[in-house]
Order: sequence, then structure tokens, then C-alpha cells
Amino acid sequence: MSGDHQTPALLLFSAFVAVTLGITTWVSRNRQGSAEEFYTGGRLFSPMENGFAIAGDYMSAASFLGISGLIALFGYDGMLYAVGFLVAWLVVLLLVAELVRNCGRFTLADIVAARMRQRPVRIAAGTSSVTVSVLYLVAQMVGAGSLVALLLGGTSGAARSWTVIGVGALMVIYVSLGGMRATTWIQIVKAVLLMGGAIALTVLVLVRFHGDFDQLLRTAAARSGHGEAFLAPGLTYGGDWTARFDFISLGLALVLGTAGLPHILSRFYTVPTARAARRSVVWAIGLIGGFYLMTIVLGFGAAAIVGPGAVRASNAAGNTAVPLLALDLGGGAGSTGGTVLFAIVAAIAFATILAVVAGITLASSASVAHDLYASLRRRTSEPRSEVTVARAAAVGIGVVAIALGLLARDLNVAFLVGLAFAVAASANLPVLLYSLFWRGFTTRGAVWAVYGGLLPAVALVALSPVVSGSPESLFPGVDFQYFPLQNPGLVSIPLGFLAGWLGTVTSAETPDTAKHAETQVRALTGAGAV
Amino acid sequence: MHSSNGRPVQYDDPWYDAVASGWGEPAGPKAPVSPARNEAGEVYLAVQRSAAFQEVRSRYLRFVVPAVIGFFVWYVAYVVAATTAPGLMARPVLGAVNVAILAGLGQFLTTFVLTWAYARHARLRRDRAALELRWDTQEMTRGARGGAS
Repeated sequence: MSGDHQTPALLLFSAFVAVTLGITTWVSRNRQGSAEEFYTGGRLFSPMENGFAIAGDYMSAASFLGISGLIALFGYDGMLYAVGFLVAWLVVLLLVAELVRNCGRFTLADIVAARMRQRPVRIAAGTSSVTVSVLYLVAQMVGAGSLVALLLGGTSGAARSWTVIGVGALMVIYVSLGGMRATTWIQIVKAVLLMGGAIALTVLVLVRFHGDFDQLLRTAAARSGHGEAFLAPGLTYGGDWTARFDFISLGLALVLGTAGLPHILSRFYTVPTARAARRSVVWAIGLIGGFYLMTIVLGFGAAAIVGPGAVRASNAAGNTAVPLLALDLGGGAGSTGGTVLFAIVAAIAFATILAVVAGITLASSASVAHDLYASLRRRTSEPRSEVTVARAAAVGIGVVAIALGLLARDLNVAFLVGLAFAVAASANLPVLLYSLFWRGFTTRGAVWAVYGGLLPAVALVALSPVVSGSPESLFPGVDFQYFPLQNPGLVSIPLGFLAGWLGTVTSAETPDTAKHAETQVRALTGAGAV
Repeated sequence: MHSSNGRPVQYDDPWYDAVASGWGEPAGPKAPVSPARNEAGEVYLAVQRSAAFQEVRSRYLRFVVPAVIGFFVWYVAYVVAATTAPGLMARPVLGAVNVAILAGLGQFLTTFVLTWAYARHARLRRDRAALELRWDTQEMTRGARGGAS
């Protein structure tokens, strides 16, 4: 990619940054600085606004560039991701969204702690929420660094490092100055841009093939060099049984992890009622589903129009398939149309990353201030305003994410995202479902459920081929690999549920029936919900 | 959410009223368990036992439990088939479209249909009854506190 793409792309980047900073200043004009306003934006967003914001929070650059890139390189196997990322929303819609809106205030721990002893449960749920958020955040930062460097042509280490630092600084500014209101509007703007860009490219691809999807698939299969096999599963996950189990593990983590992601849960607190939370998820499912359908067309379109060879030559992981497709659809390299379309796609990818990292930073600062700081601070110390602590936490998380993002910049982004989903599914989902649906659940059960999912998930990754024992791992020189799968979900998710059950049946504590009644009545009717 | 002396802030908003006794309030001195608190607990137990609430809960569970089992089994079957039976998935159906592509698009379709069905069921069969229960319960908890808090 030559230098003449850079100027329009940089102009659009700057325009988006200016608009988002404008939003941040505008929404923070006359705020009262209450925790209610900082974490939830006053709970007054409409279902449609929140639906767009959820879509903007959820669809990361990994979805936009990663999935279509995987389809462009490996055909059908990339589509399995799109299915998993969408079906996950049924768990959220049916089991989580409304009940969480009714039972909680700001964080996951609110729901669990309502029935249990506050301190141990808040520390556990807060720790796992922050762990998930930081993993996901680092994935996005690493992605941002390599993406911007790739799109702007400079692959030098300095360009990447400055991108990571710049993205980190921007997300801290959005969150600490604008809170949930600024974050939400940035996510809405991003979702509109992303949908608009995806629709435009999809229409251009379909026009190129005269609306004939069958012809598109045939051309893609023919150009891929794999023939019919390109349109069937197995090119990446069809090898030995380890690869197959690895994929089943990833599939489980994707579908069960979404409902345990702290930044997704916190979005349900921004609407006034459970009914509004449900309608926002319906909006989100429509948007996300439509988007992933378009991603599939774009992936096969990139395979058919650009060709897997050219895609692989530009970026081995396929992340530049859609920008290259845009360049071709606009008229090819050197043409004005191609340059403009390429710049637009690059700017949308950048906007996507900024909106996602802002959402995660806000959710994790809520966990630090509302759960961890509130439980761990010394009782005698002067109580500080919770919002002040949350703002400071956002800065702290920003610094940690920048540092880890710089350290981990050669790590595979898809692996980090899969890991974040696996930890969310193992540590957060069991405790959430048990608290909402199980009468006999106790404090010990809750604490065990969190740590019983969190520790195995992290330990199994440490012992996996990702960290050691193979040429591509983090420490290729040493070998302490004892667990064959890259994704721990297949083992750690059942362990999380098992540990919660075991902790409950072995604890001497009698479950408080009145508190269970309160949780259940609140969850299903909204009585007493904030 | 605390005033400077560390005590929970008193709100006039009735929504806060029902949660004023330590709900979601992590820090600060623990509110002593007052008789009013126990009476509020009694209210929730009474509502939980009421026929109206049992009806709302069973309508919710009767829809959600089969739906969750259904889509989860369908999704796991899809993932397992894609990884273990690529031959079956590669069987052509119409032109370049094979079983795998139809199954993948089928996952999208069932997700959309189930979303629509759930939203409709909740709107028509649950929302009104749940809202009535909500106001009744809040009325009763306020009564149990003697309206003083």
C-alpha cells in the first residue's frame, strides 16, 4: 500500500477523533457527577439508541476485518465465527438482559452480591470482570496497532507503538470526561458508520456479480485454489482431533461468553426498564445479524475479486482483505474512487476500535471503583466520591492496557479475543445464572464458581501451546505445554459450573429464602429496580 | 453514592426507596437489620407465593427453558457436524450452495425467528402482569416500612 492512500485516511481519522472529542465535551457540559450518570448515562436511552450502542460495543475490528479476512483465506471456516458471535445473543436475550436490568445497578457483582455476603462476592466478581476486560482491551489495542500500521503503509515499530498510546489516551479521555453518555454516543456513531460502510461494500460486491450469489460463490471457490472444498468446513479445523476439539472449545466460548462480558452487561443499565432492555437486544440482534451476513458476502467477495493470494501477500492473517476489496471496488489502486473507498474503510475500522475500547474501559473502571475499591479500602479512610475513584481507575486501566498492548504486540489478536470470551464464559456466566435461577445458591458457591472458572481458564492457557512448546508460541524456547488446546473453554466452562455447585452443596450456610424471593420477584417484575 | 458523613443518601424517588436498605451499596457502615427490613422480606416472600407471580414465572420458564435447550442443541450439533462430518456438510444442494452454507444461514434464520417469537411472547403474555405485580409489590414494601423511609 503506497503513500497516496495515507492522506485521505489520516484526514478521516482526524475528523472522527474531532467529532468524538466534540461529543465528549458536549455531553459533559452540565453533568452533576453522580455515579448514576457516570456509569449509566442517567438510564434514559431509548431501546433503539441502546440497540445501536450495543452493536457498536460488540462488533470489534476483529469482526469487521478478521472474520471477512478468514473467509477470504479459508472460506467456510471463517463463517463459523460469524454464526457463534450471533447465536450468543440468544443467551443474552432469553436468560440475561431483562433480569440483569431489573436486579443490578452498575456491575455484574451487584446482582450476585444482593443475595450473598457482599465482600467476598464483590471481590471475586470484580476480579474476574477486570480480568476479562483487560484481556479484551489488550486484544483491541494490539489489533489497533497492527491495523493502523498496515493501513497506513508504515509497518515500523514506532508507528504501532504510537497508535497503541494514542488509542489508549483517547479512550481514557472519552471515559473519564464523558462517562457512559459520551461512550454511548460514540458507539452509536460508530455503529451507523460501520453499518453504512458494510452495506455500501456489500451492494458493490453484489452489483459486480449482478446479484447472483451462486456466481459469487463459484468464482470465490475457483480463485481460492481449493475448489469445492473452499465452500465446506475443514480447511483450518479439519486436521487432527486436537484441531477439531479446539474449534468446538472456541465455539462454546463464543456462544456462552458474550453473556458474561462486563461491557455488554453494563449496557442494559442505560435504559429505564427491562422491557426497554429486551427491545434494545432485539435491535442489536437485527443489526449484528445483518452485519455478519454482510461480512460473509464481503469475505467471499474478497476471495472472488481480490483473490486469497493477494490477500495473504498483504497480511498473512487476512486482516486487510476488506480494505483491499474496497480499493478494487472503487476502481483499483491509483484511482480516486479506490483511494477514497479505501480511506473510508480504514477510518471505519479505526472508529470501531475506539468505540469498543471506550466501552470496555468504562465497564472495567466501574468494576474497580464499585466492586473492588469499595470492598478493599480501609474502613477508617476518608470516603471518596465513587465517580472520582472510577475516573482514576479509567486512567489506571488505560496505562495498564497501553503497557500490555506494547508488550503483547506480536501476539495473535484472535487468540486474545477467544481467551477473553472463554474467561467470561467460565468465570462470569455460571455465577450469574446460578444467582438468578438457583434458590439454594450460597456465598461459598458464588465465590467458588468465579474462581473455579477463572483459575482453570488462565492456568490452562499458561500450559497450552499458545504460551510454550511450539514455534509460534509466546516463549518458543521453553516447553511446559501440558494442555493440547489453544482455547480452554471446553474444560474451564464446565469446571466453573461444577465449582459453583460443589461450593454450594458443601457450605454450611443456609440460603436466605427471603433474599432469593426478593431477587426472583425483582428479576421477573422489576419491583424496586433502579 | 454516600454523603460526606458516610451514611447512605436519602432519596425522595420511590424507586430508591425500595432499595435503600443496603442494596447495591458496597461501602460505608452496614445498615442494621431493622424490623422494617424483615417485613420487606416478608412482602417479597408473599409476592413470590402469590398465584399471579407464579403465573408470570411459569409463563417465562415455559417459553425460555425449551427455547434455550432447542437453540443450544442446534448450535452444538452444527459446530460438531462442521468439525467432525465435513463430508456431509460438503454435499451440494443447489448450484454452489451446499449443506454447510444452508446450515449456517439456517442458524441466522432460527436466531432471528426465535428473537421475534420471544419478544412477541413477552410483550403479549408477560409484560402487563409483570408491571401490575411491580406496582403492587412496591406499594406493599413501602407499606411495610411504614412509609417512614
